Amino acid sequence: MIISSPVPAPGPWTAAAMIAAIVLTSTTGEVLTAAAMKSVGDLDEIRAHSGMKGAIRAVVTCPLFYAGVSFLAIAFFALLFAFNHLNLSLVAPASASLTLVTNAVAAKFFLKENVDRRRWTAAVLVCIGVYFLAH
Amino acid sequence: MAHERLLPRQYMILGLVAVCAPLGDTCLSRGMTSLPAISLAHPGTLIAAVFTPWIAFGIALLIGFFASYLTALSWADLTYVLPATAFGNVIVALLARFWLHEAISWQRWFGVALITLGVGFVAQGPSSTERPACEEQPALGPEESAVQIEEEQVR
Repeated sequence: MIISSPVPAPGPWTAAAMIAAIVLTSTTGEVLTAAAMKSVGDLDEIRAHSGMKGAIRAVVTCPLFYAGVSFLAIAFFALLFAFNHLNLSLVAPASASLTLVTNAVAAKFFLKENVDRRRWTAAVLVCIGVYFLAH
Repeated sequence: MAHERLLPRQYMILGLVAVCAPLGDTCLSRGMTSLPAISLAHPGTLIAAVFTPWIAFGIALLIGFFASYLTALSWADLTYVLPATAFGNVIVALLARFWLHEAISWQRWFGVALITLGVGFVAQGPSSTERPACEEQPALGPEESAVQIEEEQVR
């Protein structure tokens, strides 16, 4: 039987560092994955042409995909670690809303996406919405 | 190929993205909070946590999310797909209110309204960025590239 020892709650800076680690690794992973999927092409069309095996082969033979997945895996374990020390109501909305903003910035500069006023407005609305949803 | 308007099948993929992510996160949270505190000095315990039932179920849901997410990213922009993931929070709030009969504060309803508004904003626009024709060509496989090089040499 494992007996859990009482662990002091992390301070605000430690909590911020945990959330920042999730946001940075998650953003890097998502941008790399999006770049990989853009280079692969429309998966629905590939599946219609070459079947499910062809679609899976197209994804797993893309080196960028592995770089993206590696960062997403680091983000996943950072999330698990944060869940173990902080409340879900803090970690989930904080990391989700901050990741939305950092992804919009990264998508504009690295993926050259057309992040117009409509998308910026949406990112900010969703960000504030997630904050209110957690309180 | 860039689609201005999405097909019903593509909306279904975005729906899976929205539903699987928050449900998976909730399962992970439930699993991790039931475990004793994990220290960075023992990273192996994080790996062992993956095989507990709640976390394993959460991971299964997140695999479903990831497959849908990759498919969506292949025909839509990252900044179009991401609000769909946030819309999952709205689905969870609605399930909590009407299925579990939980009380939802006005702040949460306000949050739900803002996220819905934000997703509505993005959904009205194009799903992918228009690019010049030369950038839209899919990446060629090694055999196709070799054929293309030979054709250019013949010319």
